[in-house]
Amino acid sequence: MTLMALLGDYTLQNVALGALFLGLISGVLGSFAVLRKQSLLGDTLSHAALPGICLGFIVTGARHMGSLLLGALFTGTLAALLVMALTRYSRLKTDAALGIVLSTFFALGVVLLSYIQGTGNAAQGGLDAFLFGQAAATLRSDLWVMAAITAIALILVGLCWKEFKLVCFDPGFASTQGLPVLLLETVLTVMIALAVVVGLQMVGVVLMAAMIIAPAVAARQWSRRLEVMVPLAAVFGMVAGLSGALASTLGRGLATGPLIIIVVSLLVMASLLFAPGRGLVWSWLLRVRQRRELHHQHVLTTLHRLASRHDDHAFYAEQGLLEGVHGTAVRPALKVLAQRGMVTLSTQASRQPRYWQLTLEGQQEAERILMAVEQGGASS
Amino acid sequence: MSTDLHEPDLALHVEDLTVSYHAKPVLWDIDFDIPPGVMAAIVGPNGAGKSTLIKSVLGLAPPIAGHVTLFGRPYKAIRKRVGYVPQRSSVDWDFPTTALDVVTMGLYGQLGWCRWPGRRERARAMDALEQVGMQAFAQRQISQLSGGQQQRVFLARALIQNADIYFLDEPMAGVDAPTERAIVNILRTLRDAGKTVIVVHHDLQTVRSYFDWMLILNVRVIAQGPVEEVYTAENLKRAYGGQIALLDSVLASDTGAKS
Repeated sequence: MTLMALLGDYTLQNVALGALFLGLISGVLGSFAVLRKQSLLGDTLSHAALPGICLGFIVTGARHMGSLLLGALFTGTLAALLVMALTRYSRLKTDAALGIVLSTFFALGVVLLSYIQGTGNAAQGGLDAFLFGQAAATLRSDLWVMAAITAIALILVGLCWKEFKLVCFDPGFASTQGLPVLLLETVLTVMIALAVVVGLQMVGVVLMAAMIIAPAVAARQWSRRLEVMVPLAAVFGMVAGLSGALASTLGRGLATGPLIIIVVSLLVMASLLFAPGRGLVWSWLLRVRQRRELHHQHVLTTLHRLASRHDDHAFYAEQGLLEGVHGTAVRPALKVLAQRGMVTLSTQASRQPRYWQLTLEGQQEAERILMAVEQGGASS
Repeated sequence: MSTDLHEPDLALHVEDLTVSYHAKPVLWDIDFDIPPGVMAAIVGPNGAGKSTLIKSVLGLAPPIAGHVTLFGRPYKAIRKRVGYVPQRSSVDWDFPTTALDVVTMGLYGQLGWCRWPGRRERARAMDALEQVGMQAFAQRQISQLSGGQQQRVFLARALIQNADIYFLDEPMAGVDAPTERAIVNILRTLRDAGKTVIVVHHDLQTVRSYFDWMLILNVRVIAQGPVEEVYTAENLKRAYGGQIALLDSVLASDTGAKS
């Protein structure tokens, strides 16, 4: 299939647009959830959407997108408020409250699902697709719903940006600034339920949590300001959504939702590893460099100590002696130090074994290091 | 409105305040007053309810009984005249933001809904950072600041409000000596400008040199008033009870200073 034909494909257009909306809203709202240490809230709310979907079906007796999503929003919001109430008024910690609410609502959802399947209502076909999503079934009318929800969420975030930011960072201080903290926290939480509703059709209730958490976590690695993190999370979410949709079309109908999740997980892994400053590879390289530098300093001070013990600043130390102290790793260290002009090899090149001598510069450097160590200050 | 004023000549007036978490009272029947223009320390052993007292005054910890007025008015009516510096450990410093941005947060209440801070707000935040000697760190990620620097940023965030009364929760906890000196100097400047400064303080050694008013607390009020009257061995013993080792060293230096 050529690219043009691909872009002209009606189903793909729908799926791609839906994935874009999903990436956008979950990236933005997920950022706030992650910063409030409520990453798992998305997981609870998406599982809690299942009984809502079933209720929506039972009430209307048909598979209307609108009523199903309304039901999902209802039970999702209910679960969110329940979690907030449990953590606020009971002695349950947040993780326990999230876990209990998740399993209770999901169990209820599965029971309702099996009940509906037992009634033999022909219209129920494919209701269980909401478990893992069924992106290909996305209709134009569904897109309008998703677009409207996304727009509402974005407008709210834009209008209350500084309020949301302060509530996430320091709720106590936010309250002294006159902000209605409880209301703002509730709105942030309920909006997660909105994002979940957008994602139900695409990725389903089981995998939706990843869509909330992953773009935000990846974006956090690359950004130092909320004003960068949130748009970046939206971009990551949209990139994942779009590439998942394309991969699914090219891959002969592989499940779109899980593909989106895989792409976004890859983004997270790459960010955790390679992001400058916060990435694992970055800090590993930094540590290796620091350790090597420290080793060089050790070798240098050993030479200095040997020289002062022999009361001869031009003392020649045998390489084997240094290897006895520092191991064979001393060879590359001496090489680097020689390049920096801190040490020199004995001028009699024929002399075996090799002998090393501190240069004047090396001597000063060693004294500087020792001084810094003695004062307990940084040695670089 | 003005007829409603209750004890308008006092910066802070607390009456019959009782706060409890679950069954155990954290603060029991607290009565105390702080006159305007003093620098007051709230001291007491761990678990005495010092932080809770401040939080309760600011409406962050709901009381079971009692009432609080600031300059004769309830807190909600004069919130804009009240500055607050929470404990440094109360927030996650890995939050993606800069020092300047945190200071700007002190203006969010005045700015009002739906408005983003602009150039004027940033300029004011820069001034506040300069007051605490942190202008060079304005664009620094807050996680990369030292404990003392973070505390200064928090102080700047309160200063920018230009309040009349300031509450600070352990601003000297875990900061280096230069920062402690800088903070004390800033607080003194505030007091000399006629503002009231109320500080939860943990270090008995420095109370007399830093403060001119003090409240000794241990769930109940043990003593209150000017430091030279209240800072006595008897009062401290009543508050700190078992923590003899701590007291001995403080009182030893106390008698040493007097003789």
